[in-house]
Amino acid sequence: MRRHLGALVLVGPLALFVALFFLWPLATVMTQAVADSTVGQALPATSGAAPDWDRQSPPPEELKAALVEDLRNLDNRQLFGDIVRRLNSVQPGFRTLMGRTMTAISRADGPVDLSSVDRRWDDPVYWRAIVGVLAPYTDRHLLAALDLERDGAGAIVPIPAGESANRTILLRTFWVAAVVTVACAVIGLPYAMLVASVGGWLRQILLAAILLPLWTSLLVRTAAWYILLQDRGLINDALRSVGLIDAPLPLLFNRAGVVIAMTHVLLPLMVLPIYSVLVAIPKNLMPAAASLGAPPLRAFLRILLPLSFRGLLSGSLLVFMTAIGYYITPALIGGPQDQMISSIIAFYATGSANWGMAAALGVLLLAATMVLYIVYGWLSTDRTARA
Amino acid sequence: MLRIARIIFGAAAVLFLLAPLAAILPMAFTSSVFLTYPIPDFSLRWFEELFTAGAWRRSIINSLIVGFGTTVLATVLGTLAAVGLRGRFVLSGSVRTLFLLPMVVPAVVLGVGMQILFARIGIASSYLGVIIAHTVLAVPFVLVSVTASLDGIDRSVERAALSRGATPPSVLLRETLPLAAPGVISGAVLAFATSLDEVVLTLFVAGPNQRTLARQMFSTIRENISPAIAAAAFLFIAGTILLALLVLLVRRRFKAPAPETAAEA
Repeated sequence: MRRHLGALVLVGPLALFVALFFLWPLATVMTQAVADSTVGQALPATSGAAPDWDRQSPPPEELKAALVEDLRNLDNRQLFGDIVRRLNSVQPGFRTLMGRTMTAISRADGPVDLSSVDRRWDDPVYWRAIVGVLAPYTDRHLLAALDLERDGAGAIVPIPAGESANRTILLRTFWVAAVVTVACAVIGLPYAMLVASVGGWLRQILLAAILLPLWTSLLVRTAAWYILLQDRGLINDALRSVGLIDAPLPLLFNRAGVVIAMTHVLLPLMVLPIYSVLVAIPKNLMPAAASLGAPPLRAFLRILLPLSFRGLLSGSLLVFMTAIGYYITPALIGGPQDQMISSIIAFYATGSANWGMAAALGVLLLAATMVLYIVYGWLSTDRTARA
Repeated sequence: MLRIARIIFGAAAVLFLLAPLAAILPMAFTSSVFLTYPIPDFSLRWFEELFTAGAWRRSIINSLIVGFGTTVLATVLGTLAAVGLRGRFVLSGSVRTLFLLPMVVPAVVLGVGMQILFARIGIASSYLGVIIAHTVLAVPFVLVSVTASLDGIDRSVERAALSRGATPPSVLLRETLPLAAPGVISGAVLAFATSLDEVVLTLFVAGPNQRTLARQMFSTIRENISPAIAAAAFLFIAGTILLALLVLLVRRRFKAPAPETAAEA
């Protein structure tokens, strides 16, 4: 018991710190993704009166009076427009209804009888729509992050083409991450095999070549690729001096540059897991296969490749998982057509202060990352259990 | 045939891995205003710019302040937790996984959450906010490093001290921590390096007065790239090598098993 108390005292500070400054921010993102307080704050009296109504019977006079009061106090035209638009998307007819009601309220000084302004105010359908948009939670942002919305009947439908590019950006994020993962695998698998097959100083050099970039600042590596990839950079200069090209290849601010730089940055994450699996393979396995008469290629395909598969899978998951959340490299090396989901989240958050959309896209990215991480964790524990 | 292919592939891969680093270092000493080769003349003008121009100088000082704060906070929190998690108790595995999670969560998502939350609790655009944000990312490195170091300690030393009547806190201070020192120091160095290189969270939580060197480099590359970037990169790389040497020296002195945290980075 005493021992546990001691452990608690030692672990406690970090647990508190992580809860406060890691879990709480993530929880904030999640609530922000579904929170919707704009209408509730714009119509405070209506929000207060709404819970007393059973949503079936004709709307009570208190609710009507509350709405009149709120609309009279609402002097923000843009906010009013937003509310009407949202009501109209739930229940068509609100545009004319609200316009007529606003005019009546602005003409009168005292109480306004809504039923005499428009018969529709006696219909509970319209009030249900109002109560609906007053709710503090919404799936609007999450749907919008996938280019979906709800139509008048509440069914989920795609947003008209051309209005939003979120789905394009999500697909692009996964596509770029997949291309980078494949590129890392194509270079990383033979590289790891090469490192594992040599010994002595050669292995030290090959390992240093993979670890040195890993220890170097991400910004430095990205800046270095900027220098190499630009029109008058070393790659174009070299290709021109050999006579392969006449005009410089465009490598900066496009997809090719992003893939090259991200492959370089993430390659160690592929090589190290494969290497760690390969060095654990008994040294005499390949000679044993050869002594049993297996030709080298066959021995490679039947023994080394399947054994390195687990490392390849771990490495691929690690690279893909890291790549989908990448921000700095695409932001600096890519053009407008190469921005990934992180850039869009940053744009919504810092550029246009649209917290709902930033948070909704963030929740999607977080969910994708966590799923991949759980698979990765499951793979690595399985491996140690077998070893 | 296969042998030649292996040599060519190996050489090409090493070139791909190291060429960027080799390309940026000489640029720090160019006299030109362009980041192109060949370098017209050797010059230290960009280092001068780095240490005299207001924005750069300020950012270097900010990086040192934030880096120092992060190192202290992350090392204290991480070391205590690593010692506490040593004795296996209920949930210690899940707790450890939770503590390492900041390495995995996309920085942009965490950044959005911190920006909203920090504004609400009043530490947005403050040194404290930036230090806290960096510490969240740096703690896992300390935890991994110290844990590896503690695993190599023979616990009979501590048991002997306890049986002689020493109190648990004094055993921690006099026996455990000195034995774990290599891990603690490696962890502290990694924490400092993490803070130095952090950009994304800084973008979200720092105000104009807390611009760090990495943040300044980010906007310089984005807006008007100049060889000052290469000079800053040179400082980064030189700093990294110095810190790596320091870690090596410490490990050699203590001759304790070295934690391998690189794969997790």
